[in-house]
Amino acid sequence: MRWDPGGLDWTLAVVFLPLAGALLCFLVPRRAAPVGLGAAVLTAAATFGLTLAVLADGVQRTALGGWAAPLGILWRADELSVALMAMTATVGVAVSFYAGAYFRDEHTERAFFWPLWLLLWMALNALFLSADLFNLYVTLELVGFAAASLTALGGNAAALAGAVRYLMVSVLGSLSYLLGVALVYHACGTVDITLAATRMGDAPGAAMHAATGAIIAGLLLKTALFPLHFWLPPAHGSAPAPVSALLSALVIKASFYLLLRLWLDMLGGGRWLAELLGVLGAAAVIWGSLLALRQTRLKLLIAYSTVAQVGYLFIAFPLSLAGNGAAWTGALYLALAHGLAKAAMFMSAGSLIRFGGHDRFAELDRPVPRLPLTLTAFTLAGVSIMGLPPSGGFIGKWLLLESAFRQGRYGLAAVVLLGGVLAAAYVFKVVGHAFTPGPREHRGLRVPAVMEWSALLLAVGAILLGLGLPLLRPLLQVGPESSGAGSAAAVGAWG
Amino acid sequence: MILPFDTRLPPDALLPLLVLASSLLPGLVIFFLAEQRVRLRTLLNLGGASIKLGLVAWMLWGVYHGRSYAARLPLVDGLDLALEVGPLSLLFLILSAGLWLVTTVYAVGYLEESPNRSRFFGFFSLCVTATVGVAMAGNLLTFLLFFEMLTLTTYPLVMHRGSEAARRAGTVYLAHTMFAGALLLAGTVWLYVLAGTLTFTPRGFVADIAETRPGTLTAIFALLIGGVGVKAALVPLHSWLPRAMVAPAPVSALLHAVAVVKAGAFGVVLIVYDVFGVEQAAELGVTGPLALVAAVTILYGSLRALFQDDLKRRLAFSTVSQVSYIVLGVAIVGPLASTGGIVHLVHQGIMKITLFFCAGNLAETLGIHKISEMNGVGRRMPWTMGAFSVAALGMIGVPPIAGFITKWYLGLGALEAGLHWPLYVLTASSLLNAAYFLPILHAAWLREPTTPWAESAPGARPAAPAADGTRWPLAGWWTRPETGWLLLLPPLVTAALSLLIGLLASSPFSPLEWSLLIAEREFQYP
Amino acid sequence: MMDLLWTQAVFWALVGIALLVIGLYALIVHAHLLRKVLALNIMSSGVFVLFIALARRAPREAAGGADAPAQVVPAPPDPVPQAMVLTGIVVAVAATGLLLALIVRLRSVAGRTTLDNRADD
Repeated sequence: MRWDPGGLDWTLAVVFLPLAGALLCFLVPRRAAPVGLGAAVLTAAATFGLTLAVLADGVQRTALGGWAAPLGILWRADELSVALMAMTATVGVAVSFYAGAYFRDEHTERAFFWPLWLLLWMALNALFLSADLFNLYVTLELVGFAAASLTALGGNAAALAGAVRYLMVSVLGSLSYLLGVALVYHACGTVDITLAATRMGDAPGAAMHAATGAIIAGLLLKTALFPLHFWLPPAHGSAPAPVSALLSALVIKASFYLLLRLWLDMLGGGRWLAELLGVLGAAAVIWGSLLALRQTRLKLLIAYSTVAQVGYLFIAFPLSLAGNGAAWTGALYLALAHGLAKAAMFMSAGSLIRFGGHDRFAELDRPVPRLPLTLTAFTLAGVSIMGLPPSGGFIGKWLLLESAFRQGRYGLAAVVLLGGVLAAAYVFKVVGHAFTPGPREHRGLRVPAVMEWSALLLAVGAILLGLGLPLLRPLLQVGPESSGAGSAAAVGAWG
Repeated sequence: MILPFDTRLPPDALLPLLVLASSLLPGLVIFFLAEQRVRLRTLLNLGGASIKLGLVAWMLWGVYHGRSYAARLPLVDGLDLALEVGPLSLLFLILSAGLWLVTTVYAVGYLEESPNRSRFFGFFSLCVTATVGVAMAGNLLTFLLFFEMLTLTTYPLVMHRGSEAARRAGTVYLAHTMFAGALLLAGTVWLYVLAGTLTFTPRGFVADIAETRPGTLTAIFALLIGGVGVKAALVPLHSWLPRAMVAPAPVSALLHAVAVVKAGAFGVVLIVYDVFGVEQAAELGVTGPLALVAAVTILYGSLRALFQDDLKRRLAFSTVSQVSYIVLGVAIVGPLASTGGIVHLVHQGIMKITLFFCAGNLAETLGIHKISEMNGVGRRMPWTMGAFSVAALGMIGVPPIAGFITKWYLGLGALEAGLHWPLYVLTASSLLNAAYFLPILHAAWLREPTTPWAESAPGARPAAPAADGTRWPLAGWWTRPETGWLLLLPPLVTAALSLLIGLLASSPFSPLEWSLLIAEREFQYP
Repeated sequence: MMDLLWTQAVFWALVGIALLVIGLYALIVHAHLLRKVLALNIMSSGVFVLFIALARRAPREAAGGADAPAQVVPAPPDPVPQAMVLTGIVVAVAATGLLLALIVRLRSVAGRTTLDNRADD
């Protein structure tokens, strides 16, 4: 183990703190909320520490138990993992505070939410830290189990059906991924990513192609890229609001991160595969946005919005073929901004449901004057989703468009722009109805201030991301220079 | 951790940032004020507006003496968020800051006792922040940012009343502006990829691209103009404007005179002059179609105005028509025409805001929304109708009111450029303006009242008409004003301004001289 | 004998693939949730069998000693995939357990053992 003189081993902390917290919450269900909150804050602090360590010292490595790769489990924190862990921590803390208030009166849900959520956080951090394919399989499954259990928390038929479907899809995706891992092992003799990358050239082509196909198919299913998105709306739409926030903001990003990492570090970009992903991404943007527009229930609308936003991330694949990293930076920035914004949106939806008793937004009775903070949070989050300036979503969209226009990919540029317009349509459909009275006058139930403020702060964060690119640039070294060695050159390229 | 940009603030960057802050900070505070804190809210509003006007005046003095003010913040690789204050920015800044102060006074009076004032004034302030941001934009990206922010901050103002009609108007408004935003973004990114910069430069920065890729450049021009043209209400992208009349009168005043439509027209000016360069644009062949669009808009707007009975809708179509004078001036390639176009930014703003203030007074005090109800109202509200008449005559182009100056310069500019058809358009438009304004004046002053008016004068002591109900005693107006002071003073001030600006057009500080200065910089003289 | 071992590996690999395909078909076609769970289990088994089959290493050239000539010897199978398959089996069991729990709950709450195809409530 690598001990930092004068510092803790942050990589261990970010995994074992939430694990310990989860177990503690399980043991003392009555005090689950304060314990859970405390664990959340500590984990976030540890993540912050890890981020600073990576920015200062470069890649942090920890071999569990002292066993080195390829037989032992190696945890590796580089800039990309840390960026996603930081997003997870930010969203995680906000959702934790939100959930504390949301579940205040529901004893069963409260007792199970905290351990499951902390286990999910642990699994996510472990996933972001893993450096070999099999460990990633295990963490993928962990994430899937925790997420599916959280989905079922509502206890009603829709939630349970959504959870069953989600879990089956998760297992299926992991199986496909495992098949790919088996083929990689057969071809390269190792499951460590870096080692496999070096041996790939000598490996039999057929095996590697099959492996790539299996791994990517599995991860696409988990990331809900069109047309494999069918499971997402029922799951995200019927879970309790804090859970939907976690699922859309964080869990989806985990499998996307994995896909991105493997694409960059190991599998490499086959041209036709990249183009295929781009086409599917474009279809996802259009399809998801159109379906979102047709929804009458707010949570389903937001879930279909996630389907559309995932499409944007995949448009970066064909755009990256030309070699410069702007498209990847754009996709990554979109992922980060979407995490904050989507969580804020679901949290606002939860507040509105608490206020009105249902989420048919056209029938809500004038929430704007009575829940101004919530509607502001929803609108600001929507601004990032639409990609309007100033917001993180705008920066990501700008980078994608710049990449597209530079290469003359006008079709992809048009899809990105159209997606923004459609997003504006469905966001403002909700906001417009929020100003108007409903069919019946409704007094409206009280919504705790914590719920409103946590959503608002996350939404403001998504907007502030729009000004933060120069600051976050060191964390976003993605692409050919992703191992950190080329960061000086990358900075120079941007001037 | 070393920040990737310099955090020390150069002194000249402070003023532009303060101008932004003078409406942003009060706006944010106002959101959190309880409804009944009227005095604090009014203090914040008027204080912010006065400070802003003072700061702009300071910058005006500074720029006149050769200083420059700029502030930058890195945003995306290679591009900054840049604020830069030059002569053109100052023109728009003075207009915005001055008219904001006046509109704030009016809005305080208009919205007395109505719900959600804190929300209204909060977004009001944010809207002006966005407008001055547009005015001070130093590159196309900054312009885009504040332009979109303007859409977002005006939407809640349009939606203020919370009715179904407001929601539908808001939807139409957003549909137009979001689509425009996509066009503007497409043009901006494409231009950046080709040109490597987006900084506004007098005479433009696209000369190199024009030689290699004229077709692409023309497409980019169309995208950019389409993007700003929606806000500038160019036909056929104008239909949101009449629908937005469902908003309260201060909103209409702001939208039409100061913020949204002007920002669109300002965008056209910036694109033609400081992105493409007017002579470059002429070489590219895009000024001709632009002039055509402007002409069509001028005539169409005036024609539609003729057939409106609702006063605000008639004024809305009049705006559609009048703002295209600016575009026409820009599209006719020549310094005199440019002057006429640029100065109309100011002139039209002041005249139109007067008209909307008066329309608001009629609606608030007497419940008048239609022109057919306006018979004889001149006797009941002589000062309001007096201001209205001055502004209307200015719109028609009657000297010495400001509108005449504009039309004079546009006409001269057309002749200078060797074109005759703009003269016909200007003449036809003036005739149409007369056709839809003069009947209003005739009805107000010379006809007998026919419809009974709902008498409710906000803020005024209840004043009874004379016993026989015919003539309103003009003597004693100072103890019994025809409507609230807060509603009466702003239109009087702006009407007087439009007269003064016209009379003093040749003095060194007039908008006209200022516009001449700006126009000169855009043309290369051998 | 080398060929026989190799043929064995290929045979088991094909069995694994066949299980995968059968399982996938069953997963998609059957509506009853228990059948879907069974299908997933069959698919898991298919992947595991495939994994093990691929674990047979190629026969290697043993370096000849001073007196004995170099000869081809069968290599012991790779233990790493077997460890991974064990982990996979544990994961599959856990997944099955969780799925069954959810299905039982769904049955008691909604009275059905199929997923509704409608996307909303």
